[in-house]
Amino acid sequence: MKEIVFVSGKGGTGKTSLMAAFTSLAKNPVVADCDVDAADLFLLLQPQQQQPHSFVGGKQAHIEADLCLREGICQQVCRFDAVRRETDGRYLIDPFRCEGCGVCAYFCIHGAIRLVADQAGVWFSSQTRFGPMVHAHLEPGRENSGKLVTIVRQEAQRICQEKGRELLLVDGPPGIGCPAIASLVGAGLALAVTEPTVAAVHDLQRLLELVRQLKVRIALLINKWDINPIITTELEALAESQKLPLVGRISYHPSFTHAQREGKTIVEYGGPVADEIRQAWLSIIHEVEANGPEH
Amino acid sequence: MRIAIASGKGGAGKTTVATNLAVLSAEMHRTVYVDCDVEEPNGGLFLKPTGLQSWPVELLVPRVEREKCLRCGLCAQICQFGALISLRGLPFIHQRLCHGCGGCAQVCSAGAIREEPRPIGTVVEGRAGELLFLEGRLEVGEAWSPQVIRALKKRIPRQTTAFLDAPPGTSCPVVTTLSEVDFVLLVCEPTPFGLHDLDLILHTVRAMNVPCGAFINRWEKDEDSVERFCLREGVPLLATLPDDRRIAEACSRGELLVHSLPEFWPLFVDLFTRLLERTDR
Repeated sequence: MKEIVFVSGKGGTGKTSLMAAFTSLAKNPVVADCDVDAADLFLLLQPQQQQPHSFVGGKQAHIEADLCLREGICQQVCRFDAVRRETDGRYLIDPFRCEGCGVCAYFCIHGAIRLVADQAGVWFSSQTRFGPMVHAHLEPGRENSGKLVTIVRQEAQRICQEKGRELLLVDGPPGIGCPAIASLVGAGLALAVTEPTVAAVHDLQRLLELVRQLKVRIALLINKWDINPIITTELEALAESQKLPLVGRISYHPSFTHAQREGKTIVEYGGPVADEIRQAWLSIIHEVEANGPEH
Repeated sequence: MRIAIASGKGGAGKTTVATNLAVLSAEMHRTVYVDCDVEEPNGGLFLKPTGLQSWPVELLVPRVEREKCLRCGLCAQICQFGALISLRGLPFIHQRLCHGCGGCAQVCSAGAIREEPRPIGTVVEGRAGELLFLEGRLEVGEAWSPQVIRALKKRIPRQTTAFLDAPPGTSCPVVTTLSEVDFVLLVCEPTPFGLHDLDLILHTVRAMNVPCGAFINRWEKDEDSVERFCLREGVPLLATLPDDRRIAEACSRGELLVHSLPEFWPLFVDLFTRLLERTDR
């Protein structure tokens, strides 16, 4: 099984639109949406949801008001400023600050603090017109999106093995932090979708550093190349000097938005960009088959 | 006053809005721009601050002195993150998994665990004209964005107007950014992705009980899905920036719209006035 993870560093470069378009070109793919914070792939692939599974994230401290003697030890030991003293003297845990470390619960000699498992979201194993899809919904404001990413990816990998499918396409999150790391660890190919803007180039450099640390192979795709042809040339030079395979460049075109509004991939929608995407897909397949390690 | 600029979706225009607002505000008030997108901070590319100074952000992680260890195993019991495990009573530490809660050091009665700082990022300070510039920068390979954001926010001076440029998404880094702000400006594009992610971030903002308003970026005249959503949800629409290729091109070069396309100056002045009205109450 070969796994391609779409990442970008900067958000809004077109990861999801392009990944969905490639899904409609791939032979028997399995897809996973690992941008669990803001999962949008379902809007294009429109899965028939099956089997919701609950996702328990981290734990959260909870103070039992009856048992609390208001000594405030919890507040002293908390490193995350998550214990608040109300004006009436009660102590409360701020759920948005609580890290779930349990140090307060340990040191409360009255046993007034419990650690409670937090149902932080759900994940689905669904079916789309292109094949199986694993995706998730993280409750807004919750922690542990990296943990949920790992679950989604592992489930998609399991489906690939079970159904004997050769190709797993993963829509990754923006950034280079915890969910991005969880999406990339052990992947066959990181496909960096970038655009010719100073911000995207800056973000790409940090992404490249991360991907190298994780020892994942990388290929580059330039989206909206004609927004700034000068920076596109610089990106091409960067790819050349760092020996990064460049799998294509895609024009800035309103069909991205139009296809999205119709719930279609750009390939299904058609138009001039669809041809550029077909070309890029051939290069990606070539790249994956050239020397991609098997899982 | 602290105003955060957020959007569930990446690339919606947060940094464009935050930097232009901050530059404009700095002409009238003491203002600080705070780049809380510590994984991919971009504000500096537009503001081009000078006189940069930086400070390390560190996480306190444990180190064990084996000879003092009594092998009681309490340190491993208290660790919720699998960062400290005990093998035959002796602790082993995986520093990258450690959240820095200090639990292990506090339970160790033998004093065998010392905490030492481990760098996970930096906070950068500079000036762009009258505007104070602050940026958090996560070390590549680290997962502790919220910790860097917390350290960054501690450097925001009192009695300034602060514009906090939030990271994309809806989870912990965003929540850390939005905690204790007075107002959140939600930047959104009128596309299905944009609308869906606006809904998600609105849920986050409401769960945190912070007032908010919307900014439509790449606004199109025949597309009113976001306007209808805002009306239905009772979110005041504070400004719209039209879909204009010149804007995309100016942003691609790292230019501020209020400088390179001065026709948009009044739009940001108007937005700024509305934000002041909403936060003065």
